[in-house]
Amino acid sequence: MFLKTFKQGGIFPKTNKFASAVATQKLPLPSLVKIPLSNHIGAPSIPLVQINEYVKVGQLIAKADGFISANVHSSVSGKVLKIDSVISNAGIEQRAIYIEVIGDEWESTIDQSRDLIKECTFTSEEIRSKITEAGIVGLGGATFPTHVKLNIPETKKATTLIINGVECEPYLTCDHRLMLEHGEEILVGVSILMNAISVEKAIIGIEINKSDAIKHLKNLSKSYKGIQIIGLKMKYPQGGEKQLIEALTNKKVPSGGLPIDIGCVVQNVATSYAVYEAVQKNKPLVERILTITGKSVQSHGNFWARIGVPLTHIVEHTGGVPSDTGKIIIGGPMMGKALNTLESVVYKGTSSLLYIPTIESVLKTSSNCIKCSKCIVDCPMGLEPYLLMSQCENSNWDDMEQNRVLDCIDCGCCDYVCPSNRPLLFHIKRGKEEVVKNIKQRNTQKK
Amino acid sequence: MIEKKIFYVSPSPHVHSGDTILSKMGTVVFALLPAYFVGIYYFGLGALVVTSVSMLSCITFEYLIQKHLLNKTPTISDGSALLTGLLLGLNLPSNIPYWMVMISALFSIGIAKMSFGGLGQNIFNPALTGRVFLLISFPAHMTVWPANLPLNMHYLDAETAATALSITKEYAVNTFEIKDLLIGHTGGSIGEISKLALLIGFFILLIRKVITWHIPISIFTTVFILSELLHLAFPHSFPTTGLFQILSGGLMLGSIYMATDYATSPMTTKGMLIYGVGIGIITVIIRHFSIYPEGISFAILLMNGVTPLLNKYIKPKRFWED
Repeated sequence: MFLKTFKQGGIFPKTNKFASAVATQKLPLPSLVKIPLSNHIGAPSIPLVQINEYVKVGQLIAKADGFISANVHSSVSGKVLKIDSVISNAGIEQRAIYIEVIGDEWESTIDQSRDLIKECTFTSEEIRSKITEAGIVGLGGATFPTHVKLNIPETKKATTLIINGVECEPYLTCDHRLMLEHGEEILVGVSILMNAISVEKAIIGIEINKSDAIKHLKNLSKSYKGIQIIGLKMKYPQGGEKQLIEALTNKKVPSGGLPIDIGCVVQNVATSYAVYEAVQKNKPLVERILTITGKSVQSHGNFWARIGVPLTHIVEHTGGVPSDTGKIIIGGPMMGKALNTLESVVYKGTSSLLYIPTIESVLKTSSNCIKCSKCIVDCPMGLEPYLLMSQCENSNWDDMEQNRVLDCIDCGCCDYVCPSNRPLLFHIKRGKEEVVKNIKQRNTQKK
Repeated sequence: MIEKKIFYVSPSPHVHSGDTILSKMGTVVFALLPAYFVGIYYFGLGALVVTSVSMLSCITFEYLIQKHLLNKTPTISDGSALLTGLLLGLNLPSNIPYWMVMISALFSIGIAKMSFGGLGQNIFNPALTGRVFLLISFPAHMTVWPANLPLNMHYLDAETAATALSITKEYAVNTFEIKDLLIGHTGGSIGEISKLALLIGFFILLIRKVITWHIPISIFTTVFILSELLHLAFPHSFPTTGLFQILSGGLMLGSIYMATDYATSPMTTKGMLIYGVGIGIITVIIRHFSIYPEGISFAILLMNGVTPLLNKYIKPKRFWED
C-alpha cells in the first residue's frame, strides 16, 4: 500500500515502543507538589496565591503574563507552602509554587464524571477564551500556548486543522494510549478546535505503527463531520509540524514562516483531549500522560501524572531507576533533555521518563568530518549541518544566518547519522542563539 | 528515598545509528574484494605482493606521521589508511617494484592526506595522487602491464602485454571483445580488469548506502555519450564505441571507488552531478586527444580541485523550495 510521508531527508530509528500495549494507570498523590510558573514557551506566569492559602484542584494559582504565556492551575488540593525555586529539566532554577497535599478536593465547577459530552454549543470566541482560561499549551513537547495558535491574525485565513498523532519519537507511547483510550474525546476536541478557528476540514495524521489507533479513530470518525484520518509511513521527524503538513497536504511552509501562512493550524492529539476537557468538562490542564520506559525497565507503563509532581515520587511508584541506567531523558531520545538529577518535576510538556543504559549513555569521542554528506542527505530541511558546525566553531554567525541556520527544526537527524559522532546539532543550536541575538541587535539599531 | 545518583548529561539526540568511519570504510573494502580476487587470480604473486606492500606501508606511514611528526593519537584503526592502501595497490600494475609502491604510499599518505590535516581534510584523493605521482616519475614502469595468465607465480619478471586502451589508441583498431572486458581477461592494473566484479561492488555500496548513484552514473553517461558521438562522427580516428570506453581501462574502478571518495567529492547531489559530468568530459578529452591512453586519474584529480568551489556555491534543495 502506498503511504504518505514527507519527501526530503528523514531517518528510520528503531521505534522501541515497549509501552504501547500497557493501559494508562493513575499514580498515587505525593505529599508535596512544586508547580512551576514556566510551564510553557513565553513569559512565566504571575502567582495569585498567598502563603498558607488553601487551594483546590483546578483553582487558578498563577495567571498568564501577557499574550504569549499561560495560566497555571493547582493540580492538587492543599496548603500553599511557599514560592521557591525548582530545578527545571534543563538544570536551571525556576520559580514554582510549593503546595502541601491535603486530600483531593476538586473545584465544584469541574465535571469529574467520565461521561462523554458530544454537544458543544459555544461560539468560537467562547471556546477560545475557555482554552485560554484552562492554561492549555501544546502537549507534543514544545508547550507553546494553544490560545496563541488559535488566534488567527486578520490578514490570514485558516483552511485546515492538522492534528498530530504521529508520535515519531522512539519509545514514546503516551499519545498512542490516549488515542486508544480516549478516541471519542479527542474527536470531540478536534471538532471544538475546528469550530474555534472556523474551518470545515481537519486531518489527523498517525504513523502506521499505530494501526490499531488508526482503525479505532477511523471507525469513530464516521459520526464526525469533516474529520479525516490518514495513516502515514513511519519516518522521523514526521511529527515536526512542517514535515507533517507536507506529508498530509503536500503544501510547504515557507522559510521563516508559520503553518498559518499556508492556511494550516497544527495541534497535538493530547492537546485536543485537553481542549475537550477544558470546554466540555471545565477542567483545566492539571494532569497529563507520562510514558515510563527504557531498555532495562522491567514494567513499562503509561501513567496519568499531575503537573508539579516531583520526579522522585514518580520513580518510587513505578519500580525505581534500573541499576544500569546512565542517562535519564525527559521526552523522546531524539529531542528530549537529559536530566542530571531527579530533582525536577512533571511539567505540562513532560511526555516521558526514559532510562538509557550506561553503555549507550557515554559520549563517544568525535573525529574529523569525513564529508560523507549523510547529514545533508538526511536533513529534512535541506540544510548543511557539517558546514554550519564548522562555521559555528569559527564564530561565523553571519555565514550561518545566510546558510539558513534558523530553519533548523532541532530534529537531530544529522547527529544520528554522523559516522564521526560529531555534535552537529549542539553547534547548530548555539549558532541559532547567536544569530537571533544579532538579528535583534540589527532591528533595534534600525529603530 | 531514592539514593542521589548523578547521571550523564548531553545535548540531544541521545540515540545514534551506530554508523562509524570504520563501518563505512570496511564496507568499501568489502565491496572491493571481488575485484581484488579477480586481480589475484589473473596476476598471481605480483598482485599479492604489490597490494600487501601498499596496504602495510600506508598504515605504517600514517601511524608514524601521526605519532612522531604530529604528536597526535594515531587513528589507523578507523580503516581509512587500509582503504587508501588497497585502492592504491589495485591501481598499480602487478609487476612494479615494491620500493616504488612504498614511495607512492608515502606520497599518498604524507603529502596528499596528512599535510592537509588528515582524514576528511584532503583536497585530492590520496590513492590517486600516489598513482599519478608514480605515473609521472616512473612512466616506463607504469605503462607496462603483465600479461593476463591465471595463477601467475612471476612477480617482476612477468611476461608483459598491452591494455585494451593502449592497443586501440596505438593502432586505431579495436580487437577486444566485450565479454573479455567484463570478466577481466585483459591487461591492466590489478583491480581494474574485471568490470563485472567492480559492478558487484557498486551494488554493495549502493545497497549499504555508502555512496549514491550520482557520481558513477553521471560519469558513465557522459563518457558513453561523448565517445559514441565521436565514434559515429569519425569512425576511423576513434574506432572504439561508447560501451567499450566505459568497460575499458580504469574508468569503472575510478568512478565507483575513487571519484566517490567522501572528502574529495561534492556534498550535494547537484554538485555531484556537475562533478561527474566534468570528470566524464575530461576523461574523454584525455583518452581521445592526448598522448595518454588513460585519463580517468587526471580527470578525477582535476575535478577534486573544483570540489571546494562546488561545495561553496551549490546548495542542497531546501525544504521550502520546489
